[in-house]
Amino acid sequence: MSAPLRAVLWRILQTVPVVFGVVVISFVLTRALPGDPAVYFAGAMADEQSIEEVRVALGLDQPLWRQFFLYAGDLLQGDLGNSISTGQPVLTDLAMRLPASLELTLTALLIACAIAIPLGVLAAVRQGSWVDHLCRVLVTAGVSLPTFFTGILLIYVFYYLLGIAPSPLGRLDFIYFEPPRVTGFYLIDSLIDGDPETFFAALRQLILPATTLALFTLAPIARMTRASMLTALSSDYIRTARAAGLSGAMVLFGYAFRNALLPVVTTLGMVFSFVLGANVLVEKVFAWPGIGSYAVEALVVSDYAAIQGFVLAMALLFVFLNLVIDLSYTLIDPRIRFAAK
Amino acid sequence: MTDTNRRTFLKTSALGAASLPFLKVMPAMAEGRDTLVVVSGQTINSLDLHRVGTNRASYQVAINCYDRLVSFGTKTLPSGELSYDYETIVPELAESWSLSDDGLVITFKLKPNATFWDGRKVTAEDVKWSFDRAVSVGGFPTTQMRAGGLSRPDQFAAVDAETFTVTLDFPSKLSLPDLAVPVPFIINAQVAKANATADDPWAMDYLHQTPAGSGAFKVARWDQGQQLVYERNDDWVGGPLPAVQRVIVREVPSQSTRRALIERGDVQVSFDIPDRDAAELADKMTVHSTPIENCIHCACLNTAFEPFQDANVRKAIAWAIPYEAIFNTAAYGRGAPMWGGPETVTDTQWPRPFPYNTNLDTAREFLAKSNYADGFSVPLSISLDLASWMEPTALLIQENLEKIGITCTVEKIPGANWRTVALVDKSLAFHLENFGGWLNTPDYYFFWAYQEGKLFNSSNYYNEEVEELTNRTLHMPMDHPEYAGLIQRMFEIVIEDIPRIPLWQPALNVALNGATDYEFWFHRQLDARPIAGV
Repeated sequence: MSAPLRAVLWRILQTVPVVFGVVVISFVLTRALPGDPAVYFAGAMADEQSIEEVRVALGLDQPLWRQFFLYAGDLLQGDLGNSISTGQPVLTDLAMRLPASLELTLTALLIACAIAIPLGVLAAVRQGSWVDHLCRVLVTAGVSLPTFFTGILLIYVFYYLLGIAPSPLGRLDFIYFEPPRVTGFYLIDSLIDGDPETFFAALRQLILPATTLALFTLAPIARMTRASMLTALSSDYIRTARAAGLSGAMVLFGYAFRNALLPVVTTLGMVFSFVLGANVLVEKVFAWPGIGSYAVEALVVSDYAAIQGFVLAMALLFVFLNLVIDLSYTLIDPRIRFAAK
Repeated sequence: MTDTNRRTFLKTSALGAASLPFLKVMPAMAEGRDTLVVVSGQTINSLDLHRVGTNRASYQVAINCYDRLVSFGTKTLPSGELSYDYETIVPELAESWSLSDDGLVITFKLKPNATFWDGRKVTAEDVKWSFDRAVSVGGFPTTQMRAGGLSRPDQFAAVDAETFTVTLDFPSKLSLPDLAVPVPFIINAQVAKANATADDPWAMDYLHQTPAGSGAFKVARWDQGQQLVYERNDDWVGGPLPAVQRVIVREVPSQSTRRALIERGDVQVSFDIPDRDAAELADKMTVHSTPIENCIHCACLNTAFEPFQDANVRKAIAWAIPYEAIFNTAAYGRGAPMWGGPETVTDTQWPRPFPYNTNLDTAREFLAKSNYADGFSVPLSISLDLASWMEPTALLIQENLEKIGITCTVEKIPGANWRTVALVDKSLAFHLENFGGWLNTPDYYFFWAYQEGKLFNSSNYYNEEVEELTNRTLHMPMDHPEYAGLIQRMFEIVIEDIPRIPLWQPALNVALNGATDYEFWFHRQLDARPIAGV
């Protein structure tokens, strides 16, 4: 087995206790939540008898340790349980909703990076110029404007007043049908299906929510790019490179930018995982059937299996993301190596 | 249904693949508006009302896609709006029915031409299976069936293919109306049984995603958490054929987005909009604000707690509440006032305005007569889920009670926990509450909200006479000579004892922009059958 592969496997092995911890904590925490699912799901006109019937039907009359072992046993077989609220396996729910969130978040991040990184670099190179001020204004605005506000504002201007944007009705306007499911990403699936009409319909729906999220995520990325570029530009090796007579572009992109990229990638990873779980408000405003609103709805009705499934999925995603970021470090900076024990 | 892609949809859809084989988009905007788009903030989480965990918004599937034996008629309200009519029972799947002389056996004759979506004739066996299911699955459907005196499968019998009987243990005026609520809907028993398993004899898993009925609309498509598409069933015999071919119910959680959509006219119906939007949109489009029958927003005083055991304290609070300010601030004037009513009870109108009003001097007099002349402090609990009306109401009550020496601290309880503490444990001293009964009789309201131990009696109220009167009137026909007198006596007692202080009767607000003939129903869900496009 090659060294990098072994290192990756070792990293994966290290995550086992983390995931186990997440399973235990999410189980205990959901049970500690106020609210009795049996009462909730017994419906509006429940009496004591029907509440009890529901409690038994949900298996909530069992002692807690038993419930946990049943849950853990199912989990080992890859079964996250059934959501009471949606009446479907949690895995199915997540598979439906995670791609929606990922598509939105990734698009937003792409837009954010496309704007924030060049802006940050320029702001660092031309310190004090108008670009630097623009960067500062955007960053401040991005941080201080809550996403639901930006979302509503964009809808008001582009949909309500100007009528340019399509109806904010989720991933596709009601006259279109979902493309045949391959990845769950409508943009990709519609292209695979060779259906440009649906592709553009999905894209049009995506623009406003993605812009809303991009405005929010742009701030930390631009700020980090600017700061790390400044640090890089003032370091000794840049002075050496300049003294050696290398071209400006070579110094900037070959040396300074590459070194500045490391903290930017870290920030990117953090922003991504944060935004994926936290874009509930954007999802609500744009009727986006994503994972954030799923989790909030589950939380409101104490739908245990759904909450646990969401937490676990997010934990696994985090673990995976960290792995990818660590691996990308080795590509950006060859000095960093995995300690392959 | 969720995995249906475009192709299977077109194959199975009512339109049929033949007419539109290569269509990439739905023919939504065909001329004459035969498609309506409805937006709602709530999510439909099941297509089977009987399932444990099915939420309120999902009841509309039982209404639009299934039939009952009977339904309620339609009446025009004084405002000119349409409403269901509790007084008139009309046929749906039953052609006629008769009551035995002792009032214990109801015999239904089914419509001979009624068919399920798969073309099979609706038989009494299907009705029997569906009713057995409703009383056997437990939870809400079983409770609702019990309200009409229907609790065991042996009460239902299929005499022959078109004759079905219901045998009651005691005659009750609630039995027939209870067969017209959404719960006892008739399922295609053959389809359901074919998909039932030993663990799941009632085919809960199957019907959750795949309805099998005879109703006015079929479910053409259901994307959970996004949309439900109804497609008209042209063979429906339960009533007048719906005017529109297709109704798309889109879930849009954000209220501001829903408002933008209806104002722009991109959707034709916005269902259950907040009072504030209703007030603001009223001059731009048609807004229906129908006071919800048998439903009252109340301030409840829990008699298990010290100060509220004193009738004078309860009256002091009832006189101190700023009713008008609450109605204008929290309800934006939508609904009906429940204060300042006549001193004496001479009719059986319900919900009725109680004779209390805002008068701080009277309130102080009552408080002075009580054992709490110097006032006291008490938490006033509200549910965060219902904060839109509860919070402004609580703040206004708090402000006025302060003036007579009662200090309230507003306590906000998370929605998931509210039912447990308020209704099941009944452990909140002073709180806001809202109960609405499906069956529109005062005794039914009393049964749930004023009888000891009942779920919505969050005041822990107990009065021997009210117990007895409620039991006597609950199943008594409303034209019985004693009925009016007994009901009026019940009113007098709870007006005097005032464990629940009525604040106002809330309204169900629906905005229409490009649609007409909306009809209000007690179940507070959209009945898509009468509605038409303009």
